[in-house]
Amino acid sequence: MDMTALLLSRIQFGFTISFHIIFPSFTIGLAAWLTVLESMRLVTGRPVYQTLFEFWLKIFGVAFGLGVVSGVVMAFQFGTNWSVLSRMSGPIQGPLLSYETFTAFMLEAGFFGVLIFGRKRVAPGFYLFSTAMVAVGTTLSAFWIMTNNSWMQFPVGYAFRDGAFVPDDWTKIIFNSVVWVRFPHMLLASYLTGAFCVAATGAWYLLRRTYRAEARIMLRMGLFLAAVLIPLQLVFGHLVGDYVHQHQPAKFAAIEARWHDEQPASEVLIAIPDSTTETNRFEIKIPVLGSIIGSMSLTSKEIGLTDFPPEDRPPVFVPFMTFRIMVGCGLIMLALAWLGSYLMAKGRIERSRLLLWLIFLSFSLPFIAILTGWYTAEIGRQPWTVYGVLRTADAVTPFLTAPAAMTSLILFGAVYAFIFSFGTYYIYRLLRAGPVAAAPKAWETAVPSRPMSLADGGPAAARGYVGAGE
Amino acid sequence: MVMFWVALLAISILIYLLLDGFDLGIGMLFGLTRSEANRSAMLSTVAPVWDGNETWLVVSGVILWGAFPVAYSVLLSAFYVPVIVMLLGLILRGVAFEFRNKALRTRWIWEAGFAGGSLAASFMQGAMVGALVRGLAFVDGEYTGGALGWLSPFSLLCGAGLCLGYMLLGACWLVRKCDGVVRVTARRQIPILAMGVLGFLILVFIYALAEHLPILHRWIDRPYLFVFPAIGAAAAAVLATSILRHNDYWPFHMVSLIFASAFGTLALSFWPYMIPFVITIDEAAAPHSSLAFMFWGEGLFVFPLLLVYTAVGYRVFRGKVGPVVGHY
Ligand code: HDD
Ligand code: HEM
Ligand code: HEM
Repeated sequence: MDMTALLLSRIQFGFTISFHIIFPSFTIGLAAWLTVLESMRLVTGRPVYQTLFEFWLKIFGVAFGLGVVSGVVMAFQFGTNWSVLSRMSGPIQGPLLSYETFTAFMLEAGFFGVLIFGRKRVAPGFYLFSTAMVAVGTTLSAFWIMTNNSWMQFPVGYAFRDGAFVPDDWTKIIFNSVVWVRFPHMLLASYLTGAFCVAATGAWYLLRRTYRAEARIMLRMGLFLAAVLIPLQLVFGHLVGDYVHQHQPAKFAAIEARWHDEQPASEVLIAIPDSTTETNRFEIKIPVLGSIIGSMSLTSKEIGLTDFPPEDRPPVFVPFMTFRIMVGCGLIMLALAWLGSYLMAKGRIERSRLLLWLIFLSFSLPFIAILTGWYTAEIGRQPWTVYGVLRTADAVTPFLTAPAAMTSLILFGAVYAFIFSFGTYYIYRLLRAGPVAAAPKAWETAVPSRPMSLADGGPAAARGYVGAGE
Repeated sequence: MVMFWVALLAISILIYLLLDGFDLGIGMLFGLTRSEANRSAMLSTVAPVWDGNETWLVVSGVILWGAFPVAYSVLLSAFYVPVIVMLLGLILRGVAFEFRNKALRTRWIWEAGFAGGSLAASFMQGAMVGALVRGLAFVDGEYTGGALGWLSPFSLLCGAGLCLGYMLLGACWLVRKCDGVVRVTARRQIPILAMGVLGFLILVFIYALAEHLPILHRWIDRPYLFVFPAIGAAAAAVLATSILRHNDYWPFHMVSLIFASAFGTLALSFWPYMIPFVITIDEAAAPHSSLAFMFWGEGLFVFPLLLVYTAVGYRVFRGKVGPVVGHY
């Protein structure tokens, strides 16, 4: 494939959104966790909850800041690289995104200040309220953006007039069944991210034998929450799969690497799909299971990719693999959360260093699952941008040149790599320093709307190592 | 409905210009300062508010997309290069706020990023306005100017002009918020910057005459447009006296008024076009169902809340920041 402006734009969009999504999925979960901590503190009055709250608030701040900076880019990229899409679907996607900005970003921005600055200035009840409002804000933001993306996956409630998608039924656009399974799937994914990051931090401290009291709480809350959420997530995953089966048969066939119609269909567990020969190499499959998964039946006929003309088929290899990675991560998380909760309940978890190590490493699983989940959804949607009605190749800015797109891609790559390294380094430093060392000072001096300043004065100052990357 | 959204768009852009204007301006002035103490003081005048200011850019962007999708798609794609450079500038300056005080030896990188990012973002915004005034190349409603269609001596001139304007706003903000050396320096910069802006305006006028820019006809056709320059001139006079009288409060408001009148002049001379002389407001507007959906929720109820929130934010941080503050 030569490097056309189209391909470069796709890479650029994929890259910048992948970068962005890492931070929201973390902050949505963390905001909810902070709300829980603050309520616990109010109810029980135990200081350990405040220590934990203040500790996680700092990490929240850094991630939130990176989420904001990378999000601003997204809001403009539709216009720069996908001008045909943004003109045609603007009447639908524009209002949805503007609702996101007006309702979600305002709530987040408004109460974030109180969250960081206001502890001493407002009543405890109001402080809790502000924390909850930030959490609501991030959730609303996820809702609008999922509505938006779901409309692209499953366009409804519009008429095609004068070369544009004209909305004629907003309730259909917002309250359709696809939104209401994908939004919970995304939300649960974010909560799981929060839960696993918290549990992993707890496990890490236990392994290092520091901050025992806080570590136990983190491990317990994280694992128990995950143990409850993970089965729910698998149920919603299944429902999301149902909608794909129903509305996007080509994507479903690609996920299953099913080239030809089968009745009853088997389920390919693992293989290397090869689109030139339209077969799978090294395939391991289970008969009939494909029909059960697809249609809950022992005899149903399942559609294969060759039913679709080649120009309407998505790539197969990537959605097939990424889907399996996502589900695999989910299953590992299930095992860890349940085993961990069991040992926790029995009071034996601290003796099992191997499990602690695994839990510590598991913080990466939800991130991997989220990215691979999005790759499944978005790459499986190809060659369409608005499913079935607007092709990606027609959506791109027609006069965008390859050199311009290449330059911007390289610049984004360089700048993001740079700020990402520093950002994660600061988060690492905060986590490493732990809840107590980092507690009071930054709290007093931080200024709202400067989220990342929360990392100030923490570990580096306390331990006397010198600034970033030095 | 269309009128409502034009008005809201104009208000949002104006708020953005004024608010992010002064903090981008301070970013550039920051690059001119060497002293550590001054730099910290300058930063602390914008630290609590810059993020909220930038959100107005997002607000303007999504109103444009939702209410005027045609204009959004044409403008952003035609301005590919300046928009990307502006975004990169905004990222660099945004994280610089946060990272600067965590680094010691690498601090200069973030300081350069802060000043350079502010400069790049401001310059590109000005260049885009300039390119709009000068006119973009269109054939049958399709943009045909290519990746560098926005680039011309005139747009570069406007880029430089907007930088000067923002710096002027920034200097006025510093005078209002700071004491000591920073205030004295800023006070000295104001007349220089103001002369610079004036010189820029004269150059623009000469250029427009020389090039026969279509916008000139507008001014001849619509003499009432001269109300705005008149307001601007009056504001400039008050600015001059308040500087002479060592008043800290008025300069910022007067420069804001000058900005608002310049914005008003431009907006009304484009009227009824959204992209001058090619696409009208009505042609750019989204269908009624979109505008109404936005109107009944965010337009009527949430937008006023945004204004309240912004006002409250500024009230909380009113007053002088004091010498080299404890924010850091
Ligand atoms: C599921 C969640 C999710 C997804 C898929 C996206 N975002 Fe996002 N975004 C958020 C969840 C979020 C958030 C949690 O609400 C953030 C992160 C930090 C923050 O301040 O808000 C955010 C920030 C954020 C901002 C900065 C807001 C500000 O100025 O305060 C913008 C402009 C966007 N996003 C726009 C987008 C666009 C155009 C997306 C897709 C193409 C997108 N986001 C995907
Ligand atoms: C946040 C997580 C998301 C991830 C990780 C993600 C990932 C991707 C990837 C990898 C591509 C490139 C696909 C390809 O070229 O084959 C892509 C394309 C695209 N996605 Fe997403 N996406 C996400 C969310 C969204 C959302 C929320 C929207 C819309 C509101 C969206 C709209 C698009 C568009 C317009 C394209 C470009 C056209 C295309 O290639 O289909 N994406 N995305
Ligand atoms: C048995 C387990 C799971 C199944 C069957 C499943 C199913 C699916 C399917 C079919 C999609 C594609 C949806 C589309 O094309 O629109 C998807 C997307 C996604 N999955 Fe999963 N999933 C599972 C587990 C998980 C887990 C554990 C996570 C994260 C912690 C996760 C996060 C995501 C995300 C973020 C997306 C993209 C958003 C979307 O399209 O809704 N999934 N999932």
